[in-house]
Amino acid sequence: MFGLTALELARIQFGFTISFHIIFPAITIGLASYLTVLEGLWLWKKDVVYLELYRFWSQIFAVTFAMGVVSGLVMAYQFGTNWSHYSAFAGSITGPLLTNEVLTAFFLEAGFLGVMLFGWKKVGPGLHFFSTMMVATGTLISATWILASNSWMQTPQGFEIIDGRVVPVDWLKVIFNPSFPYRLVHMTVAAYLATALIVGASGAWHLLKKRDTPAVRTMLSMAMWMVLIVAPVQIAVGDAHGLMTREHQPAKIAAIEGHWQNQPGASVPLILFGWPDMTAETTRYALEVPHLGSLVLTHSWNGQIAGLKDFAPEDRPDSTIVFWTFRVMVGLGFLMVLLGFWSLWVRWHKVLFESRNFLRFALIMGPAGLIAILAGWMTTEIGRQPWVVYGVMRTSDAVSNHSALELSVTLILFIVLYTAVFGTGIRYLLKLVAKGPGPLDGHFPEPSPETGRPARPLSAVPDRLDTPIILGSERR
Amino acid sequence: MGIDLPVIWALIIAFGLMMYVVMDGFDLGIGILFPFIHDRIDRDTMMNTVAPVWDGNETWLVLGGAALMGAFPLAYSVLLSALYLPLFFMLVGLILRGVAFEFRFKADEAHRPIWDKAFISGSYLATFCQGVAIGAFINGFSLSGTTYTGGGLDWLTPFSVFTGIGLITAYALLGSTWLIMKTEGALQSRFKSMTRPITLAVLIAIAIVSLWTPAEHRDIAARWFSFPNIIVFSPVPVLVVITTFAIQHVIKKETHAAPFFFALLLLFLGYTGLAISLWPNIIPPSISIREAAAPPQSMGFILVSALFVIPFILGYTAMSYYVFRGKVKAGESYH
Repeated sequence: MFGLTALELARIQFGFTISFHIIFPAITIGLASYLTVLEGLWLWKKDVVYLELYRFWSQIFAVTFAMGVVSGLVMAYQFGTNWSHYSAFAGSITGPLLTNEVLTAFFLEAGFLGVMLFGWKKVGPGLHFFSTMMVATGTLISATWILASNSWMQTPQGFEIIDGRVVPVDWLKVIFNPSFPYRLVHMTVAAYLATALIVGASGAWHLLKKRDTPAVRTMLSMAMWMVLIVAPVQIAVGDAHGLMTREHQPAKIAAIEGHWQNQPGASVPLILFGWPDMTAETTRYALEVPHLGSLVLTHSWNGQIAGLKDFAPEDRPDSTIVFWTFRVMVGLGFLMVLLGFWSLWVRWHKVLFESRNFLRFALIMGPAGLIAILAGWMTTEIGRQPWVVYGVMRTSDAVSNHSALELSVTLILFIVLYTAVFGTGIRYLLKLVAKGPGPLDGHFPEPSPETGRPARPLSAVPDRLDTPIILGSERR
Repeated sequence: MGIDLPVIWALIIAFGLMMYVVMDGFDLGIGILFPFIHDRIDRDTMMNTVAPVWDGNETWLVLGGAALMGAFPLAYSVLLSALYLPLFFMLVGLILRGVAFEFRFKADEAHRPIWDKAFISGSYLATFCQGVAIGAFINGFSLSGTTYTGGGLDWLTPFSVFTGIGLITAYALLGSTWLIMKTEGALQSRFKSMTRPITLAVLIAIAIVSLWTPAEHRDIAARWFSFPNIIVFSPVPVLVVITTFAIQHVIKKETHAAPFFFALLLLFLGYTGLAISLWPNIIPPSISIREAAAPPQSMGFILVSALFVIPFILGYTAMSYYVFRGKVKAGESYH
């Protein structure tokens, strides 16, 4: 297909299915913690607004969780079907880490999700709050296992290679590998930030539509505090992540910066924009800021970083792609900081809920967190190339021996299926968000005692899928 | 170390897969029987009988995949890549029916038939692909050492197509007997009359597979037909015949749960037969569970988590089946 090789098609297929998947857990991680905060505030302040918001966002959580489970099913098989040589080589490390993730997720689903979604009238407020906290903790533990597995592929340690296979020697070293703490914090904060932007955007949308209720105001306000505090934190975390990467994966940093070679004794400029050309070994149309590269990457005025030419051509990641995915992520990050400070400004002037320009900006920024997450993952994964386990196994040695034809057919079917299935799901989510938090009518989703009908994620949402929601007329 | 990790993990995975086959078996069976029931209310009732439990059933499939990778990475890599297309289409089928399941209840009258079709085709596709995968698994894989050397379509043989069709009849039996247990009145009578030919079809399918397999594989024939194995293993085929007749017998009278439990027994016997044929190989025809096992550091590490979590999953599963026991009446709403 399009002259792509089987390896490229396998990579596109994995990238496509995992990109679709990551969106849902990211929202789940953020919302679970947000719900914990909302329930805590409700128990503490007894303000019904928090309960309304809890009910509203727990519906979104339920749908997102269900879609995460469905798209995750595919991921459990991709490593074996498409990357069989990788699985045979390193499955003894990746396998147990992913098995633990699955077990954690099921433990959580089995025990506490049901109570959280349907147990309002069955258990006391303390136990219900505990369940919500356990669900939030569970999402974080799941993320920990997945990121330990990914980080080990980026900065592997704690293993030996015996008879051509990886054997774990020290699990603590495997899990707490050098990039793991940075990646865990960076991704968790990213999930929180992305969720805050979604919550904020939905609040802004309702205010722009003149649906000004205490619940809508509260969610916009909470989200903007979160963005104000967390967006700058994320930039600091990202900076630390970058310094770690410079040490352990210098080729990735060189590709991200489009930096080809050092002049003796000269500082490294920061290339704001440009077009890295892999064949000409130069970055065209570069717009440079002198010394800034040294400052950012080495925290010194004249420090140097490795250039791409320090690495053999077959060991270089594709600079053209990661140069840009990185800039998309960072650019969005700075826009998030801007949104945070703008919110502080309008809050100061007591027009947080009225300033239409601010609200429009908050609305546009709704998907920014998710886009930044995808761009960030592309940067780190494509930047790891040509290695699947950095410095240990090449991606070209990891791929299964499927033909380009097979992979083209399955890729096209994946695209069609995902568009249909998750397109419907996302449309449905947007409808739920558009409906907004409603006043409590004393009704919580629960399995009705007479019929004993189901207690599962999607039963938490009452809306019919194809009924158009007439905006504004629903509520009063 | 005193404990035999590869055997323990082989048993855990075999148990997980059996849980999957019997539990997702009856809810896939409902999709297989869907085309024979046209009334909307009846269809709603059928779906409501599994609505509370079906996604929990698929838990076992994810657990099986992940545990296979953790405990037997070599088997995971060879089996999954050799069975790439059937497993891919199985996932397509499972996603289609899973989503159709949820959205069907949320769709209006105009869109419901689309989700019904997705539910039916997803159920058939997933079941057929699982059956094909089992057939290809029995046939074995071309290996050079521990590397798969076969092509992308090696799994497609007359035998594997037959096991694909065979599994459709087996799941249809689980589905129809499940529905005898969970429904009443006219609808239950219809499933009773359907169960007779389905049971016969399953028996014929088992018989053909039982003859076809040893005819093509000399080592499997040797295992079953040598002395004293032929006596030790003889209860398996004998019980299969007895169980089939037991189902045919009990559905003549007033009955509820009995046919389903006989159907479970039948599936369990088939599964046992498969295990007898292939043990101790995890990648037929030549790689055993010991050769494919991960290092003990890996197997021990996940055994701790598995022993902690699996009892919880079992307890929760048992509880949800207990809570949702009894008949589902027509018109009982999903929400």
